[in-house]
Amino acid sequence: MNLHGVAAIYRFEMGRARRTLMQSIVSPVLSTALYFVVFGSAIGGRIPEIEGVSYGAFIVPGLIMLSLLTQSIANASFGIYFPRFTGTIYELLSAPISPLEIVLGYVGAAASKSMILGLIILATASLFVPLHIAHPVWMLTFLVLTCVAFSLFGFLIGLWADGFEKLQLIPLLIITPLTFLGGTFYSVKMLPPFWQTVSLFNPVVYLISGFRWSFFELSDVSVGLSLALTLAFLGLCMIAVWWIFKTGYRLRT
Amino acid sequence: MNAIVSIRNLSKTYATGFEALKRVDLDIQRGEIFALLGPNGAGKTTLINIVCGIVNGSGGHVAIDGRDIIRDYRVVRAMIGLVPQELATDMFETVWNTVSFSRGLFGKPANPAHIEKVLRDLSLWDKRDNKIMTLSGGMKRRVLIAKALSHEPTILFLDEPTAGVDVELRKDMWEVVRSLRAAGVTIILTTHYIEEAEEMADRVGVIAKGELILVEDKTELMAKLGKKKLVLELQSRLSEIPTGLTTHNLELTEAGSKLVYTYDTKAERTGITVLLNELRAAGIVFKDLTTTQSSLEDIFVDLVRNSK
Ligand SMILES: Nc1ncnc2c1ncn2[C@@H]1O[C@H](COP(=O)(O)OP(=O)(O)O)[C@@H](O)[C@H]1O
Ligand SMILES: [Mg+2]
Repeated sequence: MNLHGVAAIYRFEMGRARRTLMQSIVSPVLSTALYFVVFGSAIGGRIPEIEGVSYGAFIVPGLIMLSLLTQSIANASFGIYFPRFTGTIYELLSAPISPLEIVLGYVGAAASKSMILGLIILATASLFVPLHIAHPVWMLTFLVLTCVAFSLFGFLIGLWADGFEKLQLIPLLIITPLTFLGGTFYSVKMLPPFWQTVSLFNPVVYLISGFRWSFFELSDVSVGLSLALTLAFLGLCMIAVWWIFKTGYRLRT
Repeated sequence: MNAIVSIRNLSKTYATGFEALKRVDLDIQRGEIFALLGPNGAGKTTLINIVCGIVNGSGGHVAIDGRDIIRDYRVVRAMIGLVPQELATDMFETVWNTVSFSRGLFGKPANPAHIEKVLRDLSLWDKRDNKIMTLSGGMKRRVLIAKALSHEPTILFLDEPTAGVDVELRKDMWEVVRSLRAAGVTIILTTHYIEEAEEMADRVGVIAKGELILVEDKTELMAKLGKKKLVLELQSRLSEIPTGLTTHNLELTEAGSKLVYTYDTKAERTGITVLLNELRAAGIVFKDLTTTQSSLEDIFVDLVRNSK
C-alpha cells in the first residue's frame, strides 16, 4: 500500500481548497445564508409549521444536501479532470500507485471538503433558526455516506468529461433540478398524489428524507429505504470506478 | 543478466489504427546513457510512455530489472523517473510543493534534504516558493526534471530534454546527467538531434517509423556518420586502381568510369590534396568531382530500405 502516495494526493487536493477558499467554502455558505434570509425568514414567516417544525428549520437538511451534492461533484470532478486537461496526469499514471489508492486520495479529499462544508453550513443555519438534532449519529452517517457517494460520482464525471462544458453538464442539468424537486423546500407529502408518485423516482428525495429524519424524525419515505438507496448508489459508483481503471477508459490510450 | 530494461517484441497500435511501434526488441544496460534517436513521429515517446506506464502496449513485454512492468508495477515504477516531452505542470503550486508531492506520490517518505539538493543542482533553490506559473519555460522544464529526481530513481527517462531549451539549461542538465550517471543511474534520452546523442550517449538506438533499425556503440555510429565520399568522374575508364597511391580507401565503380574516395571529415587530414596530387602525377584526368555525406537521413533511408 502506497500510503505516502495517498497522503500526497490528499494533501495536494486539500491545499487546492485552501487556495480557493472563496470558491470552496465562502460562496456555498453565502448562498445558503441567502436561502435562509429569503425562504426561511421572508417567505417562511408566512408558511405554517410542517408537522410541528418551523419552515426555517424544515429547509435546513435539504439546503445542506443541496450544497453537499453540488460541492462533492464539483470538487471531485474538477480534481481529476484538471490534471487530464493540463497533462499532469502523466505523473499519476507513471507512479507506483493503485487505482484504489488514487480514488482514496482524490475522493477522500473531495468528501472531506464536503463534510467540512456541511458542518459549516449547519453551524451557519443554527445562527438563523434554533436547531435540534434528534439522531446525531444517523445525521453524521447520512452526511458521510452522501459526501463519499457523490464525490465518487463526481470523480466519474471528471474521468468521463472531455471538456469543461461536460464537466458542468450533469450537475446543471440533472443534480440541481433533482435536488430542487427532491423536497428541499417542501415535504413530498404536500404534493398531489400523482406528483408524490413521480417524486418516488427521484433518488434525491430519499437522501433528503433520510437526512431530515435524523434531525426532526420527519420523513417522506422510510429511513431504511433511504439508507439502502444511498448505499446502493455508493456501490454503483464504486463498480463504475473499478471498471474504468480496469479498462483504462479515458486514462491510458 | 545485466540489462536493466529489457523490451521484447513490443508493439503499439493506437485506437486510430496507427501502428506506432512494430515488434521492438531492445536491451538497455545498467548504468549506461542510451540515446534513442529518430525523426518526429518515429515512436520514441510511445516507447517511453509504455515503459513508464502511461500508454498500454498492444503486444510484447517489458521487464525492468527482471520484473514485468505490469505485474510488478509498484516495484518497477518506484525505480523510474520520467521527464516528459510536454511541459505539463501544476500552475498554481509552488516549486517546493510540487516536487515534494512527486516524492510522496512515488511512495517515498518526506526528505527535505534531498529535495533541497535536487533544487540546488537545478538552480531552482531561489525559486522554491514561487508559483510555477510565474516561471519561464526553461525554469518549468527544470521543475519537471526536479520532480523526476525527487524520489531518487535508478532509471531516468528524458523525452526530448533539450527541445526549445537555452544553452544555460542544456549545460546544467548535462551536468546533472553526468553526476547521476556517476552515481550509477541508467539514463535513456530521446532526441532528433544527432549532436546531442554524440555529446552524451554511450550507445545509440535509431528508430524510424516504429521500427528500431539499429543499436550501436556511439563511437561506431559516429564513425559511420562522419564519413564522406569524394566521387571523381574519369575522362577515360580505368581497369584497375592505379598502383603507387598513398591511400587505400579507393574504389572503382561503374565499370571503371568513377573513382570513389571515402574519407573521415573529422580526421586532422582528409588526404584529398595528397590524393589529387598523386592522381595528377599518375596522369589520371577527371572531368567532374562531387562529394556526398552519409547523413543520418541516408542511414535511415538505407536501413529502412534494407529492413524491408
Ligand atoms: N494517442 C495517439 N493516437 C493516435 N496516434 C498517436 C497517438 N500518439 C501518438 N500517435 C502517433 O504515433 C506516432 C509516433 O508518435 P510519438 O511516439 O509521439 O513519436 P516521437 O516521439 O518519435 O516523435 C506518430 O505518428 C503519432 O502521430
Ligand atoms: Mg516524442
